[in-house]
Amino acid sequence: MSELHSETALDSAYVRTEMLPEQAPPITAAGPVRWVRDNLFSSIANAIMTILSLYVIYVVLAAILPWVVYGIWDAGSLSECREIREARYGPLDGHGGGVACWAVLVDRWDQLMFGFYPPELYWRPILAFLLFLGGIAPVLYDKLPRKMLILTAAMPFICFWLLWGGSIWAPVLVAAGFGIGWAIIKFGTRFVGAMTATILAFIVPILFWVLLVGPLIDAFHSVAPIGIESVQSREFGGFLLAFVIGASGIILSMPLGIVLALGRQSDLFIINKFSVIFIEVIRGVPLIVWLFTAQLLLGYFLPPGSNFDLMVRVIIMVTLFSSAYIAEVIRGGLAALPRGQYEGADSLGLNYWQSMQLIILPQALKISIPGIVSSFIGLFKDTTLVVFIGLFDPIGFSNAIRADTDWNGIYWELFIFIGLCFFICCFSMSRYSQYLERKLATGHR
Amino acid sequence: MATLSDPPAESFRLSQLIYDTRYRSLTIQVIVFILIMLGLWELVSNAIQNLSALGKDFDFSFLGNRAGYDINQRLIEYSNDSTHGRAAVVGILNTLLVAFLGCVTATILGVIAGVLRLSNNWIVGRLMTVYVEGFRNIPLLLWIIVIFAIMTEGMPQPRDFRGDEPEASMILGDSVAVTNRGVYIPNLVFTRSLGGNEMSEAADGVEAAIVPSVSGADWTLILVVLALGIAASIFIGRWGAAKQERTGVRPPGLFWMRAGAIVIPVAIVLIVLGATLDYPELTGFNFSGGVHLRNALIALWFALSLYTGAFIAEIVRAGILSVSKGQTEASAALGMRPSWTMNLVILPQALRVIIPPLISQYLNLTKNSSLALAVGYMDVRSTLGGITINQTGRELEGMLLLGGFYLITSLVISAVMNVYNNSVKLQER
Repeated sequence: MSELHSETALDSAYVRTEMLPEQAPPITAAGPVRWVRDNLFSSIANAIMTILSLYVIYVVLAAILPWVVYGIWDAGSLSECREIREARYGPLDGHGGGVACWAVLVDRWDQLMFGFYPPELYWRPILAFLLFLGGIAPVLYDKLPRKMLILTAAMPFICFWLLWGGSIWAPVLVAAGFGIGWAIIKFGTRFVGAMTATILAFIVPILFWVLLVGPLIDAFHSVAPIGIESVQSREFGGFLLAFVIGASGIILSMPLGIVLALGRQSDLFIINKFSVIFIEVIRGVPLIVWLFTAQLLLGYFLPPGSNFDLMVRVIIMVTLFSSAYIAEVIRGGLAALPRGQYEGADSLGLNYWQSMQLIILPQALKISIPGIVSSFIGLFKDTTLVVFIGLFDPIGFSNAIRADTDWNGIYWELFIFIGLCFFICCFSMSRYSQYLERKLATGHR
Repeated sequence: MATLSDPPAESFRLSQLIYDTRYRSLTIQVIVFILIMLGLWELVSNAIQNLSALGKDFDFSFLGNRAGYDINQRLIEYSNDSTHGRAAVVGILNTLLVAFLGCVTATILGVIAGVLRLSNNWIVGRLMTVYVEGFRNIPLLLWIIVIFAIMTEGMPQPRDFRGDEPEASMILGDSVAVTNRGVYIPNLVFTRSLGGNEMSEAADGVEAAIVPSVSGADWTLILVVLALGIAASIFIGRWGAAKQERTGVRPPGLFWMRAGAIVIPVAIVLIVLGATLDYPELTGFNFSGGVHLRNALIALWFALSLYTGAFIAEIVRAGILSVSKGQTEASAALGMRPSWTMNLVILPQALRVIIPPLISQYLNLTKNSSLALAVGYMDVRSTLGGITINQTGRELEGMLLLGGFYLITSLVISAVMNVYNNSVKLQER
């Protein structure tokens, strides 16, 4: 009975014998429509915010885009620019509606980039910049051959020589000072013990630089006068100046910052207190005050009759300033390391410098990468402050260009260009730090 | 029974200074100390020698001399007959004013941008990213100059407001005028002032005119009452918390009681003093009346707020992200309302992460206010560190005082904020 019933049911009912192919989901539940519903119109408040944002974007772009896109690239002065605009787009109707005059960038490109650097020597800063990139490449990307680190070590001296020119013996002998320090650590440890060697490795090169380098340069130069045309610091300007101050500050402040951070973590009372005082005093006062100190007061603290270049003073101040910030960042990294790492290093019988170099600092620096890079970004941005003490950085040049009758009254084109250049540099630095963080993330979470 | 004998008396050898860890740290410290002192001595003796060669001495009496220059924006009485010391105080107050205004606005902007950046609305999130990255990666100095240029180049002149069909008009019900000389906003004046400025008598149907004058007594009174109100509010809060601890019931209307304790006394004082608003008015070639916010102040204030706000936004975002999702879920599981979850669970934990970097942002903003130089705002660097130094030639003393002021301000801000930080930090065993 039941069988019969089921048979008739089977006959009359429709039974599928194979699977249907998968179908695309309804249009509202997938693809762009779904995305828009989820991300832009998920609630009434969200929809209002979306529409408001779109309106803001529209207003801003409608105001700026035509101004940028229709900009004029070939003119000799602002008035010429205006004439071209009149000829091309007709007279202005009442308010606004002008176009950008990008011609100022073409006209003053050399100044914005190199300042008063002699035009026939432009190849030298360009070559120095390429060398700089080549020098930092193996530091930034560890896939490159390690031999390139030799270039990194030589890069500061070659770049210095290329930029300022003069006798080749100055950078060679300064580099020799570092060589002496390295040799003392390497070979002196065997004879006088690790600590004495370390102390000597600090003191001997300093004495060498202060007392011997000056006479030696003259002596060597009289024997073998090798050199290129020298360029004065006051001829530097524009982005060249910003790059030189920024890069020197970054390179020099890193080791100083590490030493200060170690000093602040140290158990030795005097070293600790001096580090703390130095860091707090430097950080408590704005950079601009330090720059004025460099300009007005540094002369008082130097031996009578000595007078050194404003740009070198600025680099010294920027380095000291930035190293205090770097020290605080690295101190955070040192403090974040578990106690066991220090104890582990001790139990292996490593001495202080070995344990720092092999165990503590690599980890602390890895933790502090974001902070260090943001200090560097801040340092690079702060190079604009040198305009206040009479150096011609890009902002200083924008003022100087405006003071010229040709370009009197031009604002936005210069601001946008300078801002864009800084943005590109700083933004790429911050992206690099994020890449580095991801690459070094070895923790198992 | 074992006999204990003294260990052989060790004679001190000179080599122990280097090889014995007990003495080695001493040796290092003594050497470092001597080196640093030698360096300092070198600097100081050079300075003494150089100063005497220039025929300058080291004293601060120039602070008592007549300054002889004008300061366009001042919070206290000052004229060019006042002393350099008073000029420095005017500058300090101007610095503190812009720092305070900047910190408040930057916090508001930063919190809004930080929260919106986490919004599930894609386009709003991206907009906030553009804001944050744009302001973080371009020098502050450029922003200050740009905003100053917008204010001076882009805004209408006062004469555009004149006529029957003016080209420009005042905003917010004819109370605020935005011109290329600055922004004019209504001023709070007191008709029954303690300082004695009187409402001039209305004569023959002519409207009474208020003669606004700077009266410190009124504002002191208001600030004192405000401070007392805040203290009372804190007291009520403590009382409410104690009662809740004891009985388990939160006293009803606690929020309104606390708000009333602050608002009501101040409102009473304002009414007693006869506070009215003095609106800016176009007279002659310029606006008169009201408060004139100069372009320099506006540019500095906005640029500092927008710039620091971008950094604060990142701090707030990191703080909120640092609270694990499990906390939200747990409080939902306990049946808490979303607003309670935010106030009682998320925010207290996020604040712990937010406060320390926030402190350093406030410090940065205060120090960055020294960029006032770019737009001619008369802060302490422009008065004490600028004109005064130029006029008296006292670079060393002036820079010392200037540095000292910034240092003390920084240390005070960080000390105050650290006390707060300690009160919200995680209580660990």
